[in-house]
Amino acid sequence: MATSTTAIEVAAPTGADDVGQGVARPGRRPRLLFLRNSKALVGIAILVFFGILAVVGPWVAPYDPNQVSTALLQPPSGAHWLGTDHTGRDILSQIIVGTRGVLVVGLVAGLGATVLGVIVGVTAGFVGGLGDEGLSALSNVFLVIPQLPLIIIIAAQLPSAGGITVALVIGVTGWAWGARVLRAQTLSLRKRDFVEAARATGERTWRIVLAEVLPNLTAIIAAGFVGTVTFAVLSQVTLAFIGITPVSEWNWGTILFWAQNNLALQRGAWWWFVPAGLCIALLGMALTLINFGIDELVNPRLRSTGMHARTLRRRGIRPRVGFTPVVRDQWRAARPGEEER
Amino acid sequence: MSEPVLEIRDLHVDYGFGDDPTHVLRGVDLTLHRGEVLGLAGESGCGKSTLAYAATRLLPPPGLITGGEVWLADRQGRRSDVLGLTDAQLRAARWRDVAIVFQGAMSSLNPVFRIGRQLTDGIRAHRPGLSAGDLEARAAELLEMVGISADRLRAYPHQLSGGMRQRVMIAMALALEPQVLLMDEPTTALDVVMQRQVLEQIMELRDRLGFSVVLITHDVSLLVEVADRIAIMYAGEIVEEATASEVYRRPRHPYSAGLLGSFPPLHGPRRELSGIPGAPPDLQRLGPGCPFAPRCPHAMDVCRDVRPVLGPPRTGEDRRVACHLHDADLVAAGVGEGSGAISGVGLPPELAR
Repeated sequence: MATSTTAIEVAAPTGADDVGQGVARPGRRPRLLFLRNSKALVGIAILVFFGILAVVGPWVAPYDPNQVSTALLQPPSGAHWLGTDHTGRDILSQIIVGTRGVLVVGLVAGLGATVLGVIVGVTAGFVGGLGDEGLSALSNVFLVIPQLPLIIIIAAQLPSAGGITVALVIGVTGWAWGARVLRAQTLSLRKRDFVEAARATGERTWRIVLAEVLPNLTAIIAAGFVGTVTFAVLSQVTLAFIGITPVSEWNWGTILFWAQNNLALQRGAWWWFVPAGLCIALLGMALTLINFGIDELVNPRLRSTGMHARTLRRRGIRPRVGFTPVVRDQWRAARPGEEER
Repeated sequence: MSEPVLEIRDLHVDYGFGDDPTHVLRGVDLTLHRGEVLGLAGESGCGKSTLAYAATRLLPPPGLITGGEVWLADRQGRRSDVLGLTDAQLRAARWRDVAIVFQGAMSSLNPVFRIGRQLTDGIRAHRPGLSAGDLEARAAELLEMVGISADRLRAYPHQLSGGMRQRVMIAMALALEPQVLLMDEPTTALDVVMQRQVLEQIMELRDRLGFSVVLITHDVSLLVEVADRIAIMYAGEIVEEATASEVYRRPRHPYSAGLLGSFPPLHGPRRELSGIPGAPPDLQRLGPGCPFAPRCPHAMDVCRDVRPVLGPPRTGEDRRVACHLHDADLVAAGVGEGSGAISGVGLPPELAR
């Protein structure tokens, strides 16, 4: 009996086409899984759009964002799609050129904070003892420091607080929460049997951390990274808005700074602040959607639901724990060929 | 036979919300009568637990019930279709009319609350009017009922042994005197001595309180001893259903025979353990025929093309089997003529006793 089963499996790929596809399908799925999630897909699309804008921005911008002109405070028109500010500078160009500053600061700060958080958190969780106490105390200190005032003080003290400086300051102050979450998860992981087994077989500590513990933290690290990027973008925009960072360096916060200082709201110049605000909201939404996508990917319970959100809506299914949905309608219609059996 | 308290008709369950869900239950019919112990046996992954969870609509996503009816009688004898109940009705019916002892019940207790508090939780939710004293008294009564002294009410779960924790779970399930008790492998985590004690306890309580039990397990020898009737499941279908002694002495389905041949008999002459060759089928790729055909030692041509229907065997006994070997119509039509297994006396010796 066992041999006949094997024979069927061996014959399948070379046999009928439909059986061959059936065998191939499971292998194809994992790579595209993330992209099949509509939330993640929308988030990535927005992020990619801004990413392209950040790279090619200075070349595609219709005007030099610092170029003053005689068209003062003009509403959107054919010449200036998003209007002009009080000195006649083109706002669309400011937004396009400013994208790079926002994204670079966000990514650098997010990366820095995540790397610091992983190093501190995983080390603290894994070594235990005095090292854990010290590192935990350090993260606790950074947790209770009010972040934005600290950033303002540091940024104001530095002689030339450019984009990268701001990114580094945000990164250095924003790692503590991630470190604390990772430490807790590492503490739980290092007691699991597979880590004990790796230790018993004589694996080196760094290999246990890299090969056994870190892969299990991927989802938390990814989600933490996306969250930190969101925080960094908002911090940087805030700093620019209140005028801490040089106002000559364009980002969306700088636009809001000029708009605020020149009473855009009172003058009814909505084109001055609405587009920049929308861009910030869009970027934040994109990052949040990606975070949802990661959540639905790593949580098997959410996975099937997240992957088939549209199908579920169409069929009127609301998946809940404890109340299994009952759908009698499509049972036979959805399965051609079932009737013949 | 007494009236049915739980009647499952043509239940279909899918796993997965996508375009190609896995059909894990394919038209299951099962009836539980008042006061009866119905055993549900089969290999891992054959759908035993899925059946219990679907019948109570506790199946977590991505489970989906795609067809059928589950008629549950309440204490007054009114019957309602569980699949058509509203959320509030379902909440009210659970625990009051049907209760479940879960698989791995030992870890279902919350480690930070005392036993007494956890026992009264459900009662409080269903009978909000009861006073604290009444609740306490009821919890003590329940605990005594399963053979644990009432002073353990103030104990935490870690202070109890595995068997005691299992009993607490059973007491909890019986708190509102349900008509139907579903037990999903209630003794799997216990040693054999404890298994027997716990099961004897359940049977004694059943005799006293008169509820009905669906006992899910893969331990057929256990079922043969405690169950009144046994249903054997394979690949999401019930392949045989008969009284326990009938299944034990005269299995009609080759799969039942294989299951019974894979554990040593407690009494009688020693025999060689046979087991069942092969592995359970992939539910995503089932052929049109009998799902057991690839592993069946008596498979005929018709088995690979036509799915057998669960019905009375051709001998006319009061039992149901889904196998072409016992299909009266098929034999009358002479489909199996000359195939050896079905001609002459008709049945392979181990299925014809």
